[in-house]
Amino acid sequence: MSMWEYANPKRFMGWTRPVLPWTFGLAGVCLVVGLVWGFFFTPDDFRQGSTVKIIYLHVPSALMAINAWIMMLVASLIWVVRRHHVSALAARAAAPVGVVFTLIALFTGGVWGQPMWGTYWAWDPRLTSFLILFLFYLGYIALWEAIEDPDTAADLTAVLCMVGSVFAILSRYAVLFWNQGLHQGATLSLDKEENISDVFWFPLLVCIAGFVLLFIALVLMRTRTEIRARRIRALEARARRA
Amino acid sequence: MIALLLRDLRLAVRAGGGFGLGLAFFLIVVVLVPFGVGPQTELLSRIAPGILWVASLLAALLSLDRIFALDYEDGSLALLATSPLPMEGAAMMKALAHWITTGLPLTLAAPALGFLLSLAPEAYAYLLISLLIGTPALSMIGTFGAALTIGLRRGGLLLSLLVLPLYVPTLIFGAEAVRRGADGLDPTGALMLMAGITAGSFALLPFATAAVLRINLR
Repeated sequence: MSMWEYANPKRFMGWTRPVLPWTFGLAGVCLVVGLVWGFFFTPDDFRQGSTVKIIYLHVPSALMAINAWIMMLVASLIWVVRRHHVSALAARAAAPVGVVFTLIALFTGGVWGQPMWGTYWAWDPRLTSFLILFLFYLGYIALWEAIEDPDTAADLTAVLCMVGSVFAILSRYAVLFWNQGLHQGATLSLDKEENISDVFWFPLLVCIAGFVLLFIALVLMRTRTEIRARRIRALEARARRA
Repeated sequence: MIALLLRDLRLAVRAGGGFGLGLAFFLIVVVLVPFGVGPQTELLSRIAPGILWVASLLAALLSLDRIFALDYEDGSLALLATSPLPMEGAAMMKALAHWITTGLPLTLAAPALGFLLSLAPEAYAYLLISLLIGTPALSMIGTFGAALTIGLRRGGLLLSLLVLPLYVPTLIFGAEAVRRGADGLDPTGALMLMAGITAGSFALLPFATAAVLRINLR
């Protein structure tokens, strides 16, 4: 019994069915608790006023936008090395979720930037690299859609994902590489000195947990859909041959 | 490898190879910009580095689908795959041939077009150097994109969606180097970063390109 047995499509469908509602439920609880706590029960920042509260949407979604690509990279590597179809389908399923997280991060960043920086958009390294990450997601999805043979599509998108991960990592560390940009440094580091104060920190942690769980739940659900779609296609192909 | 390079060069130069097309496209784009933004000299000279870089990028993009398309259709790519030459070497030679037929002419033509856009006189040397260092990266990245979209019937639009984001760093550092040269600042940092991108893409992307080609020929 190894962990790879869970990648068998039938087993995957089996264990995700009971797990899925729990993940969704936990994600919902975390998001509601974190957002309500963050929006209504934290003090205003003395310089930023109440705009600081957008952090509860912006930081977790930006975090997940990058982590979604990393997850796609891991899934693609598993597909390339071990040829588990579920893994390739999970990478495919994660891409649209990643796009939405990237859009939320870009949008909330713009909404926050307007009162704080005086502009919705600036050609700052962090912002630009995120925009490029967004374009990469689009290209990745478009490549999946364009190729008919599912195995070829999985292989080619896996290679594209590996090449694109250079950019995902770049946008993760853009703040550290170029410090002349508008975007501030890390808010969440293990180094206590740099960190934001505890009042904002705990609800933010809950929000991040909520976003991670939401991502897992959405990817599991979309992967189940992809597996079903593939089964339908197999059945149709068999019916046509008979 | 050399034979493959020479074959590709000969094919590109002879009739139907579209050798001059990229260059003509470059010229047209650069000529269109003054019509669009108006002919004020000081405005043109300020945006000239960016325009020249964007135009050369588009010209390189335009010729990408020719890298593998013809070879894929007539089956010579399959022959290449079965030859003793490793696919990685073939991919690199393809990129090199693309650079010699588009990147190098673009580089040589750019100063003349800089004249049209009244580029600052100090910037000409840096324009030449930055294009010389940067266009090989454009060819190599483009070869990877062309290999990805090889089997698709309407791969052109997808190719640009895949390749253009990858071109962004080269564009940023290239235009930055020329702009710094025009302002009398030291452009070495941007040039070195760009040289790093070129070296990195030539070191890594042939493997990705070869892997993609093998998948597509399966």
